[in-house]
Amino acid sequence: MFLDICKKYPPTKDNLIYILHEIQDTHPQHYISEEAVQVISEYLAVPVNHIYGVLTFYSMYSTKPRGKYIIRLCESPPCYIKSSDIILRRLKSLLHVNVGETTKDGLFTLELCACLGVCGNAPVMMINDDVYGDLTEEKIDSIIDKLSEV
Amino acid sequence: MKYYRSHILVGINEAAKQAGVDVFVNKLQDQISTAGLADEINVLETGPLAFFGRGICLTILPENVNYENVAIEDIVELVEEHLLKGRPVHRLMLDSAAQFKPKFNYDRRIVLKNSGIIDPESIDEYLGAGGYEAWEKALLNMQPADIVNEVKASGLRGRGGAGFPAGLKWSFTAPLNAEQKYVVVNADEGEPGTFKDRLIMEGDPHQLLEGIMICARAIGASMAYIYIRGEYKLCIARLEKAIKQCHAYGILGRNIFDSGFDLDIGIKIGAGAYVCGEETALIESLEGNRGNPRWKPPFPGVKGLWQYPTVVNNVETLANVPFIIKNGAAEYRQFGTDECTGTKVYTILGDVAYPGLCEVDMGATLRTVINEYGGGMKKGFKFKAALVGGAAGVILSDRMLDVKMDFVSLNQYAAVLGSGAILVMNEHQSIVDMLWSILRFFRHESCGKCSPCRIGTQHLYDLISKIRKGEGSMDDVEMLHTIALTMKQTSFCALGQSPIMAIASALDNFRDEFIAITKK
Ligand SMILES: Cc1cc2nc3c(=O)[nH]c(=O)nc-3n(C[C@H](O)[C@H](O)[C@H](O)COP(=O)(O)O)c2cc1C
Ligand code: SF4
Ligand code: FES
Repeated sequence: MFLDICKKYPPTKDNLIYILHEIQDTHPQHYISEEAVQVISEYLAVPVNHIYGVLTFYSMYSTKPRGKYIIRLCESPPCYIKSSDIILRRLKSLLHVNVGETTKDGLFTLELCACLGVCGNAPVMMINDDVYGDLTEEKIDSIIDKLSEV
Repeated sequence: MKYYRSHILVGINEAAKQAGVDVFVNKLQDQISTAGLADEINVLETGPLAFFGRGICLTILPENVNYENVAIEDIVELVEEHLLKGRPVHRLMLDSAAQFKPKFNYDRRIVLKNSGIIDPESIDEYLGAGGYEAWEKALLNMQPADIVNEVKASGLRGRGGAGFPAGLKWSFTAPLNAEQKYVVVNADEGEPGTFKDRLIMEGDPHQLLEGIMICARAIGASMAYIYIRGEYKLCIARLEKAIKQCHAYGILGRNIFDSGFDLDIGIKIGAGAYVCGEETALIESLEGNRGNPRWKPPFPGVKGLWQYPTVVNNVETLANVPFIIKNGAAEYRQFGTDECTGTKVYTILGDVAYPGLCEVDMGATLRTVINEYGGGMKKGFKFKAALVGGAAGVILSDRMLDVKMDFVSLNQYAAVLGSGAILVMNEHQSIVDMLWSILRFFRHESCGKCSPCRIGTQHLYDLISKIRKGEGSMDDVEMLHTIALTMKQTSFCALGQSPIMAIASALDNFRDEFIAITKK
């Protein structure tokens, strides 16, 4: 299955970023496993250490299994002065996790990130591919509620 | 074109999508038809409007009434009241109390001249607005050297932060003999508070493509890549669509307009690293590596992507180019100041009445931008400071409100124009807190390649955290400055050389605050 994804791209090193993105996005736990790294390494004929080097450099990749929903809350200055720390506190207490952790039911992983380029609606977070802006504590409650239902 | 009595501009962005704008537009159109107004009122899905509102935002022209946070349930009332009876629905207006209307100044716009007016997903509308005339001229009536000279004469400087003259950059690459050359567009936009490139691409993707084409012709590149951050989904979709349309019209591809010139444009996405906005790190990332900067020289213009000559330019820089080629350098120089020509696109954030997007002449003062385009301070708040240029920018106090904003004038104050982000702070906000947040950002984004920055950013963060808790001394404050200065002198790339700007400007303009907090 990892090989099928690899094969969508010509076997050149510049496609590594794309292959990693797609493998991670299609994995139910949103991460890149050792097995996947092996497969990519053989497909691209690039050493495993190069792949780990890339994997750990970029903030969007994870080598650890994560939840179904990846929450990335922006902590850059424009969101910070719009009280993103209050939002963070709310998320932590609602989900009973710290930053970098996944909820016991495997539904949510809480992460912090740098500016998402949506600062006009600060404070902002992304959950997987969706942007949520103008966050308030009440809004957080209803977003998490909604996603927990299904 | 059909004549309409009224236009309803619907701003399509991520926030609006989140609020269900697709369904909204369908319902709105249905309701307009039901009311028998389909021939009189045009609903236009467009890019960014001149303000950042919550949820779904609308501008109704010609009366220039702005609505925010409009829901599907409001449609009936909106059509009945505003469109049929001509009575604006105050409840939904951006701010019914204030008289301020976002200034559209379309007569002084270059980069955003189509933004909010044309449908960004339609190449025909772009062509209708005079699009691709500059490309045709550049390809059929100008030699590459003429293009470079015209851009040089225009005085256009790079809008990615450093302000390097674009024509000069191109002139290094144009004469080189190489099997392959590339144009790379820097659309990585990671500077906190900056999202003008996103709005430029969302509002008028074809204009960027046209700028890329002209640059490619000038330097002799047959391939261009747009390196864009993965989060910018709407931009990516619009650019992909625009590129497809260009191929279908023969504007891109092989032997364009029978000129013998071939060109294709590809989109590459990043994976979340601020340093990848640095041009050599960006090239490393394009090649499938960690985004660690390269040593310069050789500069990318000589040895760039896969070691071939590569011109890297910012989105806004290239979006200026069609105007210059179409109207000539002299016309372009009518905008801005002698040394810094043209306009600048700003995103105004924070405690102003109307946070928004604007394009103003280079050299406009901070006061002008805040008052005329941001609507002044939010009611009940006083101006304290503005962070200009993002984390790699400076913290300015009210003493600097009348300084002209352009690359040269700001330089005299050891300040930079940077990315065009303006974050306005009110009198209750703490500069120490702000600096803490900035230094936390740098600690996280240091790529770790060189020790002054890897270790320095950690020290800076530790020190400011201590000071912020009230446990620091003025010696610690001085130490912040010393470390940042050392980093400026010894860091490998501009990231490690940047924290000094925020620190020095904070200390220059707000030293009292540091004295107060260290005395506690
Ligand atoms: C840490 C760092 C981040 C940068 N981020 C960006 C960016 O997001 N967008 C950009 O256009 N330039 C960025 N730059 C500047 C680029 O290195 C480069 O100067 C620019 O792309 C050149 O284009 P221009 O001449 O058109 O401005 C960054 C530089 C540094 C050192
Ligand atoms: S200055 Fe910082 S970002 Fe630049 S190379 Fe050194 S460690 Fe990396
Ligand atoms: S600062 Fe949070 S989205 Fe830009």
